[in-house]
Amino acid sequence: MTLNKSKELLLEMKNIHIDGFSDERWHKILKGVDLTLHRGEILGLIGESGAGKSTMGKAAMGYTQPGCKIIKGEINFNGIDLAKLTEFEKRKIWGTKISYVAQSAASSFNPAHRLMDQTISAANRLKINPTDVLKKDAVQLYESLQLPDAENIGDRYPHQVSGGQLQRIMTAMAMSPRPELIIFDEPTTALDVTTQVEVLSAMRSIVDKFNTAAIYITHDLAVVAQMADRIKVLRYGEEVEEAETRDMLSNPKEEYTKSLWSVRSLIKPEETNEDYMLSIKNIDAAYGSSKVLHNVSIDIPKGKTVAIVGESGSGKSTTARVITGLLPQLKGEIIFDGKKLSPKLEQRSKEELRRIQIIFQMPDTAMNPRQTVDEIIGRPIEFYQGIKGKKREAKVIELLKMIELDETFLDRLPSELSGGQKQRICIARALAANPDLIICDEVTSALDQIVQEGILKLLQKLQKELGVTYIFITHDIATVKAISDEIVVMYQGEVVEQGLKSKILNPPYPDYTELLLSSVPEMDPDWLTNLLNKRSS
Amino acid sequence: MLRLSLGLVTVFAFSVIIFSTFSFLPGDFATEILGQSATKSAVKALRAELGLDKPPVTRYFDWLGNVFQGDFGSSFSGRSKVQGDQGDRSREVVGLIVPRLKNTLFLTGVAAMLAIPLSLILGISAALYRNSYYDRSATGVSLVTVSSPEFFTAYIFILLLATLFPVFPTISNVDEASTLAERFYRTALPVFTLTLITMGHMMRMTRSAIINILSSEYIEMAKLSGASRYEVIVKHALPNAWAPISQVIAINLAYMLIGSVVVEYVFNYQGIGRLMVGSVYNRDLPVVQACALIFASTYVILNLIADLIGIISNPRLLYPK
Repeated sequence: MTLNKSKELLLEMKNIHIDGFSDERWHKILKGVDLTLHRGEILGLIGESGAGKSTMGKAAMGYTQPGCKIIKGEINFNGIDLAKLTEFEKRKIWGTKISYVAQSAASSFNPAHRLMDQTISAANRLKINPTDVLKKDAVQLYESLQLPDAENIGDRYPHQVSGGQLQRIMTAMAMSPRPELIIFDEPTTALDVTTQVEVLSAMRSIVDKFNTAAIYITHDLAVVAQMADRIKVLRYGEEVEEAETRDMLSNPKEEYTKSLWSVRSLIKPEETNEDYMLSIKNIDAAYGSSKVLHNVSIDIPKGKTVAIVGESGSGKSTTARVITGLLPQLKGEIIFDGKKLSPKLEQRSKEELRRIQIIFQMPDTAMNPRQTVDEIIGRPIEFYQGIKGKKREAKVIELLKMIELDETFLDRLPSELSGGQKQRICIARALAANPDLIICDEVTSALDQIVQEGILKLLQKLQKELGVTYIFITHDIATVKAISDEIVVMYQGEVVEQGLKSKILNPPYPDYTELLLSSVPEMDPDWLTNLLNKRSS
Repeated sequence: MLRLSLGLVTVFAFSVIIFSTFSFLPGDFATEILGQSATKSAVKALRAELGLDKPPVTRYFDWLGNVFQGDFGSSFSGRSKVQGDQGDRSREVVGLIVPRLKNTLFLTGVAAMLAIPLSLILGISAALYRNSYYDRSATGVSLVTVSSPEFFTAYIFILLLATLFPVFPTISNVDEASTLAERFYRTALPVFTLTLITMGHMMRMTRSAIINILSSEYIEMAKLSGASRYEVIVKHALPNAWAPISQVIAINLAYMLIGSVVVEYVFNYQGIGRLMVGSVYNRDLPVVQACALIFASTYVILNLIADLIGIISNPRLLYPK
């Protein structure tokens, strides 16, 4: 991030009001937000989901999603008010003067066309350069984004390359017509930490190289700290504060801004014991013919929390499926509380089923949308403990109190709850079986930072009160620090190491753990630069 | 390959079903042709001659064996009732069916060439101007045409274009001597009927396939990279819609062929549908079997083609990782 950037104004958004239509009525999404951006400058837009940051980013192009409309405000881009242009006039700016990089590259590329054709489609529309010149330029962009086989990767279809590569190709696509402004809309949120580092550095260097201005939208403050010159925090469609990146990190003014990294400050003292709740020994497992777990052995101490970390495809969730019996193992055994568990779910007793419960990543899809909270929590109470009628209701209310909700929630449907409340209900449902072991499969990754903190605190409190054991599957190291006693690192279906948190998180590390830990963004604007220097040396 | 063999199994199963349903129908060709006053011995003699006295299973396998050699047998009707004079006047099923099949294929082919492009254009434009008055009226009218039965649509056309405004003939009799122009003119009304009854479904499915794709993220991405409306639909949405569209076209072409049974009857057109209806009435088993087999294989082949288009239009299936 160079400081000698020009002070020539590129984009000025004044008093933007945008309404969105949902649930049969209009809601205010943005309530008068201002934004200025100079040439070559990178502005970070940050906030939780629903803050309006994505809407703001798209509005910078004069675009609103179907069902949204700009009520008032000016969007001056190079002296033209985009809000006043017709669709036809705006199309001449979109893709060529201002381009957009979407969150999910996998679903934002058209599956029917080759990557090269999509990369140069916008530049082709300008009709300045012939196609073969554009293709050559695209290959150079691929190269500078460090894509493997840059010469030929464009001949592939989107499904033939990985998510991290797609995200870089989309950056190349945005850069191809040499726009004056690029909107990055959560471009690394769907990626693993190790991939995220590569994509971030590629994006940053190319934006620097062409001195392109950018708006970088994310909910992760540590990520935006690596990219942006200035950061603007949004909440409920309004601005909370705006400051230079370094100032904001060292001296945040608003309470809300501080709370954005609250999970990172949560730390649990580690404990362990030799009495194991669950031991899995030399497990092999496969989906069809592709083997995904190789000789996995893990011990889970009673009443403690073991975090299983690793990137996607490392076999963390598969391990959980084997433990629950959803995917019978090919080889190896599972010892639960001193007794051997049958691999198959059908052959386990009701009591064994009761004692192991699981909580899933997406509370939205893990609950029946047509059942009320009372039914969702009441059913396992009835099924496992045979408690019915008045007693059952009393028990449901007791559980609701335990998860810091109350009886007013009894008749609500999942659609009437917030994301954090839904996950709390899922926790209560698992507790309703009165289990000894709860497997938490990425339970906080779909939630905002503040909500995450609440859920993690709740889980810790429940462990203290009930002595329940957790297996915590996650790819987020901050979460691991906050909740675990022991850590298991997995990579490509194998256990890299297992041990106490203090041992795993401190040197010496095996190579993979080192890579994983060093890839976690830190609240230091120089982190990425230092990391890249360290890795290249 | 798997699809192909599954298709063959379907056709085979279909022939078994047709054959066995026929065994349950009251009466057979002998009782039908000789009338109620026939003596038992006459019926018995005719049955023996036609091979109807053998058990059904034997008859079925005899027939199946011949079909594999390309011999669909002889029609029962048109056969000489005089002993010893058979052979000369009995009619080969193949010779009977081929000209009729050509007629039917002409009819449905013309209807398809009219219906497919029309419904694609209407469907795509309805998706493009979604919720406009144009879209609403197009989907509304198509619902009416889909819900009305073939014969009703046919009679409406007769009423409008043959009786009130006598533009086209009500009876579509063509023969070997008819010129192409004559054929077009005479088959106009059945073609319109077949077009109308299948178009509604195809149009609606095209519309919803496109609309479904228009809500996906890569369409928003295409818009944000400056693609025009036309480009979004034709370059970005349509290539991904071929699979569902070709499926619905296959189903409707098959439906057209089956719908032709009724339509040919209404317009007295000498096609395979009419032949089949007549043969069922006469219990003329070899002809019915052959017709049914043709219908079944067309259905299977059309679906195979649709699957093939689905595979070709989808790079995910064409180029594995």
